[in-house]
Amino acid sequence: MKARTLRQREKLVFERSKPGAVGYQLPKLDVPLPDLQATLPPTGVREEVAGLPELSEVDVVRHFHRLSQWNYSVDEGLYPLGSCTMKYNPRINEELARLPGFAQVHPLQPEEQVQGALQLMWELEQALLAITGMARVTLQPAAGAHGELTGMLMIRKALQERGEARRTVLIPDSAHGTNPASAVFAGFTVKELASTSAGTLDLAALERELASGDVAALMITVPNTLGVFEPEIRRAADLLHEKGAFLYMDGANLNAFVGIASPGKMGADALHINLHKTFSTPHGGGGPGAGPVAVSSRLEPYLPVPVVEKRDGKFFLDENRPSSIGRVRSFYGNFGMLVRAMAYILSLGRDGLRAMAEAAVLNANYLRKALSPYYHLAYESPTLHEVVFDDAWQKSAGVNNMDIAKRLLDYGFHAPTVSFPLVVHGALMVEPTDSESLEELEAFVQAMAAIAQEAKENPELLKTAPHTTPVRRLDEVRAARRLVLRYEPQSSGE
Amino acid sequence: MHRYQPGTGDRQRILEFLGLGSVEELFTPIPQELRIGELPLPSAMAEEEVRRILGEMAKRNVTAEEMPSFLGAGVYRHVVPAVMDAVLSRAEFFTAYTPYQPEVSQGTLQAIFEFQTYVCLLTEMPIANASLYDGATATVEAVLMAARLRPDKRRVLVSRALHPHSLATLRTYAAAAGLELLELPWGEDGRTQLDGVRPDEAVALVVQSPNVFGVVEDLPGVKAAAGEALAVQVVSEATSLGLLAPGGRFGFDVVCGDMQAFGLPASFGGPHVGFFATRKEYLRQMPGRLVGETVDADGQRAYVLTLSTREQHIRRAKATSNICTNHSLMALAVTVVLSLLGKRGVRELALASHAKAEYLKGLLRELGDKLPLAFPQSSTYNEFLLLHPEPERLLATLAQEGILAGVATPRLASYLPAGILVAVTEKNTREECDRLAAALRRVL
Repeated sequence: MKARTLRQREKLVFERSKPGAVGYQLPKLDVPLPDLQATLPPTGVREEVAGLPELSEVDVVRHFHRLSQWNYSVDEGLYPLGSCTMKYNPRINEELARLPGFAQVHPLQPEEQVQGALQLMWELEQALLAITGMARVTLQPAAGAHGELTGMLMIRKALQERGEARRTVLIPDSAHGTNPASAVFAGFTVKELASTSAGTLDLAALERELASGDVAALMITVPNTLGVFEPEIRRAADLLHEKGAFLYMDGANLNAFVGIASPGKMGADALHINLHKTFSTPHGGGGPGAGPVAVSSRLEPYLPVPVVEKRDGKFFLDENRPSSIGRVRSFYGNFGMLVRAMAYILSLGRDGLRAMAEAAVLNANYLRKALSPYYHLAYESPTLHEVVFDDAWQKSAGVNNMDIAKRLLDYGFHAPTVSFPLVVHGALMVEPTDSESLEELEAFVQAMAAIAQEAKENPELLKTAPHTTPVRRLDEVRAARRLVLRYEPQSSGE
Repeated sequence: MHRYQPGTGDRQRILEFLGLGSVEELFTPIPQELRIGELPLPSAMAEEEVRRILGEMAKRNVTAEEMPSFLGAGVYRHVVPAVMDAVLSRAEFFTAYTPYQPEVSQGTLQAIFEFQTYVCLLTEMPIANASLYDGATATVEAVLMAARLRPDKRRVLVSRALHPHSLATLRTYAAAAGLELLELPWGEDGRTQLDGVRPDEAVALVVQSPNVFGVVEDLPGVKAAAGEALAVQVVSEATSLGLLAPGGRFGFDVVCGDMQAFGLPASFGGPHVGFFATRKEYLRQMPGRLVGETVDADGQRAYVLTLSTREQHIRRAKATSNICTNHSLMALAVTVVLSLLGKRGVRELALASHAKAEYLKGLLRELGDKLPLAFPQSSTYNEFLLLHPEPERLLATLAQEGILAGVATPRLASYLPAGILVAVTEKNTREECDRLAAALRRVL
């Protein structure tokens, strides 16, 4: 059991405000103050922003230090969130992203002043091309979902240039929720494909749907969210291409086969890569991420502008691409995350990258076998980097997957992904990643085994879990019904 | 084995546990025809080797540390308190995932609740979300929300004085959403022309203030012109909110944009942090994550992601946005910076930026026709446009003089008047302003 450590309750920053406290001193003003009546429109000027707090620097440091202590993090231990892929974030990557030559560079400096930044982007693209076997990469998307949208917009543009108004995007029922949402925001209509009993793509159903001639693309995750490789992926790609449709591949699980197989050989036309999942960029408690999209030659003309090009040893930004879908964001991408991913690729090298996929798959299969005496395996199909159990064996005691997840927090581990993928009722989706040692995995299995035992003997213990965390189980219904989305002095709780 | 991975001993023990001879047996589900040979990449490198290679790349960039910088145009160089990066570097924050298990994520959740509150205070809007990617995508999300709220209309009135990247991004998304953009030109005063605007057919009227020229828009006038359409203010230079009355005061429906100016490094354009604030009645159509207050089983106050029924992981194809990962860590950074600056600092920083910009403007007015202000009669916050037929050449000359003097407008968009955009912040000293003015007098 994890003991409650030296953790103090911490008020909101606004509740800590003390009149007259100052947390930062600005440089002395060395120019005259202008007459605001003359320099700004009369309706335009505001007084001090009402409600902003006053704190000393010490107050602020203590505040955020205390808050930080209430977070679980990957530096604390195993973070088995399936499909989220929480792996170790190397410290050297953090150091390099903060170099003044990267962090203090303005995106609109003349190109000759930013050759190093452009070179980094160009070289990262080359590395991602080597890994994926695709034709080109855009580094711009800010996250995986943004990459999905960018990829689907390219498919839309390609169809438009062909003079085709195909509307339907096929998505297996095991897909991430971002897939259908991104397809819709790119202007398509989504049709869900039921998976086979093995949890994989139903090729016959795909063929039937393709007969309509309205299918623009299939969006599919490989290996899928059950951790199962799609054995017919190349055949699916060929069928799509024969019918003039595209294969969009969700690269969330690229970490399962880096250095072993390539999306290019699978026939993908577009593939987003979540840099944090495969290439170790930190997730920051919810972002920023980065979601570069690799494309086949079919989609290359439609890449968002700008792209980085190299000519005569000089790097430059090419905005002049007539068939481009246009811009998808400001500037060129989450550059700071690109630096980290480049550092990781260089650190691992060709052998380390392959070894990463091997370790991820090995660790996941260890957990699969070690946990199967205690939890029901949702699908028997062989799995790669993650595995999905469910709460079927615990349900009779009135215990569900959420109770198991919450109890795990008491044992000092983060919970697996719960209730996803949607094809598995009561899902517990476990992904250890390549970072974890056998010792850490064994400790996790022991905790899970103990919880399975508790579910039989003392289900109440699970239903009321967690018991040792900074706060106990939250009333999420109340949060949604009695919405409080900001601090207001009169509603101050404590 | 690699230093980031478990050792060969673990590997061997797991293989034995699984009854396997080699790892390859686990990959049999991947057909041979999809396999690849050795990756055409270098072999693994030591930390020191990686540091040398990327360190050399970093040195090939000129930084604002080396010479005075007056670059803005969407990315502003303000003070960065040391505490900000100290907090951001805490592994409990940067190596955590999205707070899906709130009982072990209260640190992130409370900080984001505070971020939401800061956004509300700065914009004078009642609610704000947990962040978006950047100002351009926040602008898009505002328009898409307006389109959901006005489903019978397809037209968007949008100022051409938006940051060109925001406008270009909006064009990309609008095409897919079947929305028609009606772009409103700027007038001789550099403000968006609102005469003859027909709001009754539009879902939204979108302006940026201060706009791409640094000019402060007439927000009450924009709100009046918007009629039934949603009035949207985009803020690119967020520190301006410390001095200028925000859209919320004038009944705007959305105030959104980027908070980079509050202490985030330029980082060659990202990651920065988009923000989105709106009215309570639009809550169910809002994009992105929201953190709400609740209580735990013991009745103690706590925070949790809420109203996720709007979001893609629940609503899938019917979600209000496809966004999943946002820019949480950058929102935390802004929260730290705002907490340090506090009530006085936010105002003083904005006032200093404005004062120095006015000081430099005064010096440059003396240059007369050689480098005229594009909109000499209009109010600006801390950025202004100087007209020049060959801005890139002028900037190159000034770079030789050791000054990064601004952004050449052709770099942003061909439809902007040719010239240089000059941004001034509290970090620019009077001496730097004097140097720029002197250099211009010399070279023009």
